[in-house]
Amino acid sequence: MSTTADLTTAYLGLALRSPLVASASPITGEPGTARRLEEAGAGALVLPSLFEEEVLHEEIEFNRSLEAGTEQFAEALNYFPRVGAFAGAADRYLARLEQIRRRASIPVIASLNATSAGGWVAHATRIQDAGADALELNVYRVAADPSRSAADIEAADLELIAAVRAAVTIPLAVKLSPSYSALANFAGRVVAAGADGLVLFNRFYQPDLDLEALEVVNRVELSQAWELRLPMRWIAVLRPQLGSGVSIAATSGVQSGSDALKALMVGADVAMMTSALLRHGPDHINVVEDQMRAWMAEHEYDSVAQLRGSASQAAVADPSAFERGNYMQTLHSWSTPSDLESGTAS
Amino acid sequence: MKQRWECLDGNEAAARVAYQLSEVISIYPITPASPMAEHADDWAAAGRPNLWGKVPDVVEMQSEGGAAGAMHGALQKGALATSFTASQGLLLMIPNMFKIAGELTPAVIHVAARTIATHALSIFGDHSDVMHARSAGWAMLAAGSVQEAHDFALVAHAATLRSRVPFLHFFDGFRTSHEINKIAVLGPDDIRALVRDEDVLAFRRRGLTSEAPVVRGTAQNPDVFFQAREASNPFYLAVPGIVRETMAALGQRTGRHYGLADYHGAPDAERVIVVMGSAAGAVEETVDTLVAAGERVGLLRIRLFQPFPADDIIAALPPTVRAIGVLDRTKEPGAVGEPLYLAMVAALAEAMDGETPPFAGAPRIIGGRYGLSSKEMTPAMIKPIFEELGAAHPKRHFTVGIYDDVTHLSLPIDSEFTTARPKGEVQALFIGLGSDGTVGANKASVKIIGEGTDQFVQGYFEYDSKKSGSVTVSHLRFGPEPIRSTYLIDQADFVACHQFGLLAKVNVLAHAKHGATFLLNSPYGLDQVWDRLPGDVQRSLVDKEIDFWIIDAFAVANEVGMGNRINTVMQPCFFHLSGVLPADEAIARIKESVEKTYARRGEAVVARNFAAIDRSLERLVHVPLGIAGAASVVSSPTEADPREFVRRVTAALIAGQGDQLPVSALPVDGTFPTGTTKYEKRAIAQQIPVWDAEICIDCGKCAIVCPHATIRMKVFPEAAVAEAPAGFKSKEFHSHDLPNHRLTIQVAPDDCTGCGVCVDVCPAKSKTEVRHKAINMEPVEDHRDIERPHWDFFQSIPQLDRSLLAHDTVKGSQVLEPLFEFSGACAGCGETPYIRLVSQLFGDRMIVANATGCSSIYGANLPTTPWTVNAQGRGPAWANSLFEDNAEFGLGMRLALDAQADHARQLLTRLAPVVGEDLVRDLLEASQATEGAIELQRARVARLREKLVAVDGDLRSEAQHLLTLAGDLVEQGIWIIGGDGWAYDIGFGGLDHVLSSGRNVNILVLDTEVYSNTGGQASKATPRGAVAKFAAAGKATGKKDLGAIARAYGNVFVAQVSMGASDAQTTRALLEAAAWPGPSLVIAYSTCIAHGIDMTRSMSHQKDAVKSGYWPLYRFHPSEIEDGQPFKLDSGAPTIPVAQFMATETRFAVLQRTEPERAAQLAVLAQADADERWRYYEQLAGIHRSVPHVPAEGTGSLERIAPGAGDEEP
Repeated sequence: MSTTADLTTAYLGLALRSPLVASASPITGEPGTARRLEEAGAGALVLPSLFEEEVLHEEIEFNRSLEAGTEQFAEALNYFPRVGAFAGAADRYLARLEQIRRRASIPVIASLNATSAGGWVAHATRIQDAGADALELNVYRVAADPSRSAADIEAADLELIAAVRAAVTIPLAVKLSPSYSALANFAGRVVAAGADGLVLFNRFYQPDLDLEALEVVNRVELSQAWELRLPMRWIAVLRPQLGSGVSIAATSGVQSGSDALKALMVGADVAMMTSALLRHGPDHINVVEDQMRAWMAEHEYDSVAQLRGSASQAAVADPSAFERGNYMQTLHSWSTPSDLESGTAS
Repeated sequence: MKQRWECLDGNEAAARVAYQLSEVISIYPITPASPMAEHADDWAAAGRPNLWGKVPDVVEMQSEGGAAGAMHGALQKGALATSFTASQGLLLMIPNMFKIAGELTPAVIHVAARTIATHALSIFGDHSDVMHARSAGWAMLAAGSVQEAHDFALVAHAATLRSRVPFLHFFDGFRTSHEINKIAVLGPDDIRALVRDEDVLAFRRRGLTSEAPVVRGTAQNPDVFFQAREASNPFYLAVPGIVRETMAALGQRTGRHYGLADYHGAPDAERVIVVMGSAAGAVEETVDTLVAAGERVGLLRIRLFQPFPADDIIAALPPTVRAIGVLDRTKEPGAVGEPLYLAMVAALAEAMDGETPPFAGAPRIIGGRYGLSSKEMTPAMIKPIFEELGAAHPKRHFTVGIYDDVTHLSLPIDSEFTTARPKGEVQALFIGLGSDGTVGANKASVKIIGEGTDQFVQGYFEYDSKKSGSVTVSHLRFGPEPIRSTYLIDQADFVACHQFGLLAKVNVLAHAKHGATFLLNSPYGLDQVWDRLPGDVQRSLVDKEIDFWIIDAFAVANEVGMGNRINTVMQPCFFHLSGVLPADEAIARIKESVEKTYARRGEAVVARNFAAIDRSLERLVHVPLGIAGAASVVSSPTEADPREFVRRVTAALIAGQGDQLPVSALPVDGTFPTGTTKYEKRAIAQQIPVWDAEICIDCGKCAIVCPHATIRMKVFPEAAVAEAPAGFKSKEFHSHDLPNHRLTIQVAPDDCTGCGVCVDVCPAKSKTEVRHKAINMEPVEDHRDIERPHWDFFQSIPQLDRSLLAHDTVKGSQVLEPLFEFSGACAGCGETPYIRLVSQLFGDRMIVANATGCSSIYGANLPTTPWTVNAQGRGPAWANSLFEDNAEFGLGMRLALDAQADHARQLLTRLAPVVGEDLVRDLLEASQATEGAIELQRARVARLREKLVAVDGDLRSEAQHLLTLAGDLVEQGIWIIGGDGWAYDIGFGGLDHVLSSGRNVNILVLDTEVYSNTGGQASKATPRGAVAKFAAAGKATGKKDLGAIARAYGNVFVAQVSMGASDAQTTRALLEAAAWPGPSLVIAYSTCIAHGIDMTRSMSHQKDAVKSGYWPLYRFHPSEIEDGQPFKLDSGAPTIPVAQFMATETRFAVLQRTEPERAAQLAVLAQADADERWRYYEQLAGIHRSVPHVPAEGTGSLERIAPGAGDEEP
């Protein structure tokens, strides 16, 4: 069994030693763990997102707390020593980015989620200046405003992508949610607006309810392997539509070597991993790579280039399997469990 | 010569020079000198070097005594050292000051002169502190303005090095220390020119070194001490000359010429006032006006007070002088006169007795007192002094500024007299709330005008005595001439009221001059505003023909996300209306100022301020004057109080008319009635909690956390609400012990501060809408009128008998009446809930010794006092001694109580034949372990008193004595209360001693982990990693484990509590502390505004402190039982990392944002601290230990009080 297959790939114009990319999570944002990810063989790192909302919130609240109670009582005209400059959330992000960039020999991709048009551009520029090899725009939003149509939302997203594109020269990826109503159409327009690649998909954490406290709480649930199916379908569909000039990253549910292989075969340039790394630690990259190599050796694949897109919608025998037919077949393949059929279930 | 102008306050002006000329700076916080030390610490943290390129070592000590000791040591080693202090702080330095002077050691202490506490504490300014230090052998140099505080700081440092005599450089607290004025600042070259290298090197050479060892500080005997003491005379004789030369050198470099004593006025003056300090400014103005009117008057301003430059002073007086009035800003009761007066009398007598008498006939000299505790000193008060000097028999030892109807020493005030204002000067007054940013904006305006134009400018700021909802008044003067008016504005060209609500409370137009401009922040537009104005405001506007403008600043601030910070909305309007700068330039400069303040902290705040500025002028509206309505008649809230003093004096204080009270109105000994905060009705809340009885689960949590006792819980028989007003809410009280009772949770709508802590902790949520709790914050305007009669009715419901419910539960404790209410503490204060709880549990039989600090300020800062009484007239008796001696003070109370109780018992035994054997036996032997038993004892004491009154004959004297002592036969607790600054630092020695005494005292430490009252300086309770003043770079060392030190004694009950984490444990700990017959120490985690947290979530932070293991809860109950386990760990193992707790508090977050690497290192250590403490405490909890101890004498029975409590008693 050969383990010398060529794993190199290209993503956003960057040459990667491996298609396994550590996606945005706390461990990519810390210099120590980032280094371990690199040592374990990651092809690139995507830093956690810089959220403009968080930057603003922190700045406002921090100033508020420093000013609380000031100039009210003659004995205590303030409560803190003079605080001149301080590093806000964005400054700290950029400092970490620079630090990780300095130490890493693999590409470091920053991620940004802004709320204002100016914020996207301003932060993107700073991120570029801080040395990021590429930028991933995390276009995260919940379309809860009933007055805004799908078209409005798409137009706004495209506008910000174009604005960022005009402002920076580093490669640009756009991380999309699967919830766009006409995704294939929109994906093309995203590329036309200036994206060098797409990251499919953003995985939203859904709020939960704490029954004791009767409060809405945020819970982070790590992804499972089955969650890869959704990006697989869309990568398979989009790969032939977008052509080879556009990079595609698969994210959500990549846990093992076989998951990564599937993602690549339907057309992804890279397979991004988050949950598996949080679950098993940075060294899991190594495990996944070994699994990939083993499968490739067994099936006599020489390189990632060879298998990439080999099972896209354009390349499979039954293209409809990735569209509606797939849905119908799945239902038809379902067989009712016997205990339900006999009515014995309670 | 080219001058560099800056706007500084007196503290910064002095500190800048002191910092540059020091190598070691030992500091300790005290108002109003703290900012000098804070600047020094900030600069050192930022790495700013001194004149020789070295960053001074700035070290906080445990007290001013410690600061002086450290300074003394540094000086002995030959390092240039300084310190900053005031008031009692200076007094604590005096022993070392004698030594430093005795050793002829160059040193400077800069003093923001402040009143020494006598019948009361006062944070304000006079010379009683520095005058007390005058025998220590320090030269004393008085600065009278911000410029002088800057210049004389340099003169002092230069002259001390040259003369070897240490210098005390002082200026008036607040009036100068906190006044912002435009001054010409000294550059390094100016400083270098005056401070001679040879003096510095000579000083260093005298420092102790083992290379050339000497002994200093010997003990001397009658043979030589006296001669040695006289040996230093030449050095003192040289001081005036040296200061004169130094001042001359300064004048040569800067053009600012000073003499040791400077005369100003008519060259042929017959009447001269001699004064020292800031009042000279007001005297100078008065003199100019009188001289212009042809009067022969003058001012002699004393700058060097000691060594008293008699020759310079006499020489400075015009030879025509016939009468001299010497003004002292201090009082020395019983002395023949105050210090400056006495010095002048002696100097004049000696001069007249010389070979060439300076005057043809000896001028008459009289002395008077003025300005104690920053009492105003205005031209209207000064002119009558000149008149008095012209009288045939002028009043000696007069006072000015008050009306003395007791000893009739005061001179009248000529309220018609005003001095001519310089042409082009504008005087502006701004009335706002502390929280709205008014003062901050005005400080910025001072800098904009002073540093951006040729105009001179002065800013002075008044704050009231409350820490929440406080009213601020800013006084701004600007004009083409330097401003020397050292008193408040009384003829304003411009008045701004930043809060519409203040119109009804403050006479905002009282000091507006005719034709002034008035700017009002009004929620009502042009069509409504006139009709909404109180009648007297309308009348003032019309009578004074005022130019009236409004703006809805809150609307603008809200639109741009500034909340209640309306400062940058109001500021452009002021500039526009006052015309000080063209509108465009003003806007540009305001923006520049905002950017300077905020730009390095991010863009969002800058952007919001800019938006506010841009929108302000377009929303400014001119209002034509309407027809004035009738003045509103306001009834005094104190009318119903049976105490005449409250109706007359307290009412005047509340109304802000304290200045008008005559001497006879005030208590002679500082004794004040309690229970008066209830009359303030400040109505400062925007939102108040409203109770939903349907959802309430009777837990009492809202009441136990309420910092101001404005949420109350009452349980009462059903019949009590038979005649309740419509809408008064109550619900069935669920208790097996008390059937047929109802419960009400009631808010005091005009006393609530709106902090929201009660809602934050309420655990009961609606089943149909989870955000709706059993108590909810609602807009006050919708509920005030409803809740007012409900509160009145609620108060009329009798308190439940204390013995009916156990007190060791939250619910049981909250049914008890709080005897500490409506204090002026910060909204959301973490300290006051503990005090209120103590007052509920023990208030009817407790005496409080309260350390100086937040708790003494909100506990007893006039006009009113929150400690109060129950329906029987019983309540806590309270006293404050000092900051440093509170434990000893409380122990003294215990000793007295024990002695008196013993004496009472002794007398009782002797009087048994006349009083009755049975009654005596019961009085001596009956248990007082329960509420019911206490009541029975009180009844016995009442019977005893009845019998004693009738005793005659041989035993009459003893009966009379017993009458005064009978009350002590009912057990009372001594509660020693204070903050961590007291307990961990300045008072620790005394605290430790009291703990070791074995006597029955209860010590409650309100641990905010900083000196809260003086603005958040680090104490030894400050945790590792926290940024505080004096620990600007983050505290590197861990918090002292005070409890561990106390536990080491073995016989001290120790508890660590956190109400937000466990209100039940807090309650139990307090009950057990009170029950323990020896010393008890309860360390209470107290959230504070200085933590940089959202105070609404005060209790949640307390909970997180415990959840993270940062603040473990425990009770250490000394055990005599063999194999007892005295240490009981009351909180569970940590469930969140300390970092998670730290991340939510600005005191930690500051460092994470300014020095992330250091913050990260300290955070790791902070976690290690918590881990280690937890590991240690867990082991302690398993330790079997018996602590042999004997109850201290006179502490009475081992059994103590309170149903349900003390079931773990040995």
